[in-house]
Amino acid sequence: MTSQGAVTAADPGAAVTRRADARRVTGRSGRGTGRPGRDRGRKRLEILFFVAPALALMAIFVVYPVFSAARMSFYRWKGFGPMVDFVGLQNYVRVLADDVFTDAVVHNFVIVFASILVQLPLGLALALLLNRRIRGRGLLRTIIFVPYVLAEVIAGVVWFQLLQPRSGLLETMLTSVGFPVPEQGFLGTPDLALATVFVVLTWKYLGLAVLLFLAGLQGVPDELHEAAQLDGASWWQAQRRIAIPLLAPTIRTWCFLSMIGSLQLFDMVWILTGGGPANATTTMATYLVSQGTQRSNFGIAGAASVVLFLIGFALAVAYQFLVLRRDTEADT
Amino acid sequence: MARRAMTYGRGGPLVYLVALAVVALTLGPVLYGALGGFRSNEQLARDPAALPDPWLLRNYEGVLGNPDFWQYALNSTAIALITTAVAVLAGVMAAYPLARYQFRFREPLFLVFVLGLLFPAAVAIVPLFILVTRDLQLGNTWWGVALPQAAFALPTTVVILRPFLMALPKEVEEAAMIDGASRIGIFWRIALPLSMPGLVTVGVLAFVASWNAYLLPLLLLQGEMRTLPLGVADFSTEHSADTAGVLAFTTIAMIPALVLFLAMQRRIVGGLQGAVKG
Repeated sequence: MTSQGAVTAADPGAAVTRRADARRVTGRSGRGTGRPGRDRGRKRLEILFFVAPALALMAIFVVYPVFSAARMSFYRWKGFGPMVDFVGLQNYVRVLADDVFTDAVVHNFVIVFASILVQLPLGLALALLLNRRIRGRGLLRTIIFVPYVLAEVIAGVVWFQLLQPRSGLLETMLTSVGFPVPEQGFLGTPDLALATVFVVLTWKYLGLAVLLFLAGLQGVPDELHEAAQLDGASWWQAQRRIAIPLLAPTIRTWCFLSMIGSLQLFDMVWILTGGGPANATTTMATYLVSQGTQRSNFGIAGAASVVLFLIGFALAVAYQFLVLRRDTEADT
Repeated sequence: MARRAMTYGRGGPLVYLVALAVVALTLGPVLYGALGGFRSNEQLARDPAALPDPWLLRNYEGVLGNPDFWQYALNSTAIALITTAVAVLAGVMAAYPLARYQFRFREPLFLVFVLGLLFPAAVAIVPLFILVTRDLQLGNTWWGVALPQAAFALPTTVVILRPFLMALPKEVEEAAMIDGASRIGIFWRIALPLSMPGLVTVGVLAFVASWNAYLLPLLLLQGEMRTLPLGVADFSTEHSADTAGVLAFTTIAMIPALVLFLAMQRRIVGGLQGAVKG
């Protein structure tokens, strides 16, 4: 994401710090003498001034809690009194031996792969479609993005109503056309619940994929399409040989975002199934939240957090190394 | 000229058919919710797919006359505004030196923010809960939810704003320097106004993310401090028999984020495109 290109003008610090107003930052009075040491000091203070609020927020509310979760994972702690009962890796052993957690990991990865196998082609197809000159294209793009704007919880509540066993609209419609409907409803049947959650997630997040792909397609010059057409290529050939390859970096970015999102899945599952039935839709996040807040097993929750973080981190590093590196290599 | 004559890339009937199906599938659940709010539970039970007959306003009136709803809406608005203000201000301040200063730790510092994208709020949620309620004594307050949300919105904000600030023409700044403006003055009077489109993008994203947030408010807020998503979830479990009432409540809770998005759509899309390309 970093583009080294159009960076700053030749080191602006030296020119600026000579200005009197730099006093406001440094609190010092008197104009700069132009001594390089003092200029550098002022520049550092300015940078610090600009960056400090953000770094402080990140340190307090992101970094500290993550480390604190890691520390918690080595203790048996119910949330009362000081954290003294050090148990080493015992919490990790318990988490990794817990079928509910290992199933949760599997569920997260099912969602990761299903997203790439289903949402990617669907999103791509829709983006290519919406990139054609059809009437009402702008409106279509807006409409397809609507679910993405809704809160997962709010969308989840509506879908929960739609999916109600027997009385819900979906079952009523399916029954009326003779489609076999499970006794317990789609969310109540262990074998179908995760797939159902995935369908709802696809409805919710397909718009983001389409929007990103459309953005990428705008980078494909019209001339290429025209040239392809003059050469007698069909529309599909042009897409496959020109548009899709040029879209590859956007696709890789989307895959990355989608993977990270799939690993962190919480809201939709919590609303639709609460992780049930029979833990069939538990994710790592629902597992650690229920351990931490409902059972006060803070050590277990900490260990699950660390495992979730490590899996995400490993995946991100691997992806960067194996896939995204191609983008940077292609540039050089 | 030539392009207009081409049929290539145009939509045929099939394309329109697919587009129509997509619209139906996308808007179906939303319309079901909105229309369901105009029906009675008895109507819903009789034929879930029918239009309201007669159209009833009482569910929506019930929601709008419910003081809890307004309390939740106020909480959501206040928290989202604080989150947005803190995230945008801290974010643009951090992005500024990362875009327009040369210093040794610039790229490593930027990497800190990029890595921040990888930290899911769920990982830190239990310690965050303890930190906010016990150590900071901010449990069940607007700030207690807004500050962590702003912190988690920062990586996106910085990552989107940096290329924006990089693209500002350096001549304007140089001219201001020659006129004797300070770095802070330049930031305040030149960089901020010029990057306003980017600020709007990240502002809307932070606002919508905060407005839609569930996990953190779920743990931190109780009683009448709760936000709309929590209110919707609670209402739907407490009034599970009153489907029409739930649908009305849910539909009204959707409106603010939708309106904000529709009003700001172009800018959000522009900002996202910049971020993806960069």
